[in-house]
Amino acid sequence: MESIGNIVLYFVVSLVIIIFSVMAVTTRKILRAATYLLFVLLGTAVFYFQLGYEFLGAVQIAVYAGGILVLFVFSILLTQHPADDSKVLTMHRRFVGILASLLGVALLGYALYTMPFAEGMSLQTALTANDVDMQMIGSKLLSTDKFGYMLPFEAVSVLLLACIIGGIAIARKR
Amino acid sequence: MNLDMLMYLIPSLIMFACGVFGFITRRNLIAILISLELMLNAVDLNFVIFNRFLFPGELEGMFFTLFSIGIAAAETALAIAIIINIFRAVKNVDVKEITKLKF
Repeated sequence: MESIGNIVLYFVVSLVIIIFSVMAVTTRKILRAATYLLFVLLGTAVFYFQLGYEFLGAVQIAVYAGGILVLFVFSILLTQHPADDSKVLTMHRRFVGILASLLGVALLGYALYTMPFAEGMSLQTALTANDVDMQMIGSKLLSTDKFGYMLPFEAVSVLLLACIIGGIAIARKR
Repeated sequence: MNLDMLMYLIPSLIMFACGVFGFITRRNLIAILISLELMLNAVDLNFVIFNRFLFPGELEGMFFTLFSIGIAAAETALAIAIIINIFRAVKNVDVKEITKLKF
């Protein structure tokens, strides 16, 4: 049995995620789409907190809401008038989009519904099974043993360096 | 009432479907990128949910999401650099208008 606060929090956050993700792809003003994306990302961060991954929620807020969203807003303001409406969708294009997404929802929903391992533990038992503390994350991230993540950690750092240089080389004025 | 795995997977499923819809219907390059972020975010959320409910003793899904967030940041930065460069070349970010490389 969950606490009543957890259940209320779950319903509020999932409603926020569903409504704002629908609005992010249907609104005709591009700056609003970026703002709705921010709310979806924050809702996801709340889910991470609720599932017991505090570090991941903090990373989500810092990197996505703090970094990527700012980049989006910058590029929107650089490349177009933010008050302009985009063109109204043609019927054909809207039909194709709705068909593809509804087909995906039906297929994946059926797969989830018939999934044999779906009814396992509740959140309460899953949370008590393991407490993720920062010390464990740090030692796993920098260990070279089995289930250690030293190599991907270094690979990501090289990737980020390449990304910095690539971004400068692509976007600078000649 | 118990919060089980299926209940967490449903918002993530709808988020992904919205991303697919936006990716197909949008004409603006930045709006397409926003839809892409929605899909990526849904996948990240799925990794964490499966990690928490199926293998609560492990941390593999969490680390996968951690690296995925880092790579998504790099990818977005590069994509926006490319979009700004396209804007300099053709003064537009609409996929209908970008036909300079067409044969």
